[in-house]
Amino acid sequence: MTNEDIVQAIKDIIITIAPDEEVAGLKLDVSLRDQIELDSMDFLDIVMELRKRYGVNVPEEDYKELASLQSCVDYLAPHLADKELVAH
Amino acid sequence: MDERADAIVIGAGPAGLAAGIRLAQAGLSTIVLERHWLWGGLNSFYKLGGRNYDVGLHALTNAAPKSARKLPLPRVMRQLRIPLEALELGEQLGSRTVFPSVSLDFSNDFDELASQVRAKFPACAEAFDKLAIELALSPHGVEGGPASTRTELLQRLGDELLVDMLMHPLLWYGSPTAHDVSWSLFVVLWKSIYEEGFARPRGGVRPLLKLLTGRLREVGGTLRLKSGVQRVLHDDGRTEGVLLDDGTVLRAPLVLSSAGYVETLRMLGGTFAERAATEPVGTMTFVESCSHLSQSAPSLGFDKTITFWNHSERGIYAPSTPAPFDARSGVLCIPENYRGQDPEPEGVLRTTVLSNAAVWEDLDGEAYGAQKEAAYQASLAAVSTFAPDPRPHVIAKDVFTPRTITHFTSKRAGAVYGIPHKVDDAASGVQGLHIIGTDNGFLGIVGAMVGGAGVAAFVAAGAQGQEATP
Ligand SMILES: Cc1cc2nc3c(=O)[nH]c(=O)nc-3n(C[C@H](O)[C@H](O)[C@H](O)COP(=O)(O)OP(=O)(O)OC[C@H]3O[C@@H](n4cnc5c(N)ncnc54)[C@H](O)[C@@H]3O)c2cc1C
Repeated sequence: MTNEDIVQAIKDIIITIAPDEEVAGLKLDVSLRDQIELDSMDFLDIVMELRKRYGVNVPEEDYKELASLQSCVDYLAPHLADKELVAH
Repeated sequence: MDERADAIVIGAGPAGLAAGIRLAQAGLSTIVLERHWLWGGLNSFYKLGGRNYDVGLHALTNAAPKSARKLPLPRVMRQLRIPLEALELGEQLGSRTVFPSVSLDFSNDFDELASQVRAKFPACAEAFDKLAIELALSPHGVEGGPASTRTELLQRLGDELLVDMLMHPLLWYGSPTAHDVSWSLFVVLWKSIYEEGFARPRGGVRPLLKLLTGRLREVGGTLRLKSGVQRVLHDDGRTEGVLLDDGTVLRAPLVLSSAGYVETLRMLGGTFAERAATEPVGTMTFVESCSHLSQSAPSLGFDKTITFWNHSERGIYAPSTPAPFDARSGVLCIPENYRGQDPEPEGVLRTTVLSNAAVWEDLDGEAYGAQKEAAYQASLAAVSTFAPDPRPHVIAKDVFTPRTITHFTSKRAGAVYGIPHKVDDAASGVQGLHIIGTDNGFLGIVGAMVGGAGVAAFVAAGAQGQEATP
């Protein structure tokens, strides 16, 4: 997966768990929570979807790495390098 | 070979169904096991003499529009990925608390309650507003707080009658303890009932359950009826699966139980079962009736949605011991008095009065039937003191008692709101076995769904019992 794919993968997941949010204009380096309404439970859903769709386990101490789209890319890139973007 | 799953949920009430959906959504193979031949738990439905009866669901609490995304109902529906619109919620027309000398009306607009308090308890108006603002700013979940909600409110409001009246609907819709309720539960109930309010899915409990069971199926979860769990299997402090009433063994490292805390300890057997024997049992249980009327209830003059009555100077909310029932305090529900409901040819009227389980357990067939009828007549007589007399219009009815509740939900002593001290951390003492629903401190239909979905998420994300804060 390229970095763009990872951004798309996260956006796809957000659309699934919060279908009424607009993800198109999300900024890369601004915290997701400052841009859309996600609570800690929603982040658990992001973690669960990452595991289900891409087999990536995000341990609890690393949840903070999912704060913004850019930090998601930085953190997930090594784990997703050899994975394909799942169409949803 | 025994059958295997990633996760097993005991009970298909609102907590179990919500948990099952969230586990299956996370990609875990999930089986929801229900002892009864029907799903819904304390919220269920049946047919009798060709007529529909609903159990539970007088009111869906936590009414809130979709835009109120942080509030419990929109939030849990989002977590379950069921559109809130699918519930087709109709708001209540208005509810009332009736005491001998005074009544307080309230609705989904908090100002109605506030102005009633101002008009009827002018000396308390300022203190009430202060309390209301403080609670409005509080989140649903608070920890600790004053030991007695009643004492705290009395100190703050300075009027026993007002405290009794404000607490009455809240106790009735969620207190596992007599006369008083823990501060944390009080805050949830205040917000769920007074701030957010009552609504009803169009068509009642059936469409709500249909959405939940449909969603469970859609995400690949399995619901098995007539599958009571006899034992939770465990070894060396870890959950291994369950043994069903019919002897089948299902293996799973994760089990979420909505069967109740003490009931679950019993299923663990051994020293756990011994501990269960010393745990206090919930004592709040009720006699519920459902009457069909020859014409619609509003056309007979029933104009409120829910009425919480109390026929004594002081508010009563306690087991009816030693009597089988106590109709001095109760709840009247008129399901037609929600907006957007389809017109029904017959009216429906539901009542709930105080009861106590032990008395009913000891009654034999004939005496049981006679007491049921006595409780029914007393309930309707009580209703006719503050509303039209429904008795001449009743064409069919059914009554259920604490024994019915235990029979259909395996809940000990028919304790609708569970044990007095909640298991807040969902822990059972065995790794991989979690308590969800009522005894986890999440009450009512919405509460049970919120709790079940919440525990399921923590468990599935592998972050059990800890808050994720990215
Ligand atoms: C008369 C009445 C009116 C109510 N009105 C309202 C209302 O208007 N609004 C509201 O919000 N709430 C209402 N409630 C409360 C609400 O119904 C409960 O709070 C809610 O159902 C609790 O959900 P739960 O999933 O925790 O437990 P339950 O609904 O009790 O579900 C537990 C399930 O587990 C099953 N089970 C138990 N043991 C086993 C076993 N060993 N193996 C397999 N299955 C098992 C039971 O059969 C049951 O189906 C009412 C309750 C009653 C009795």
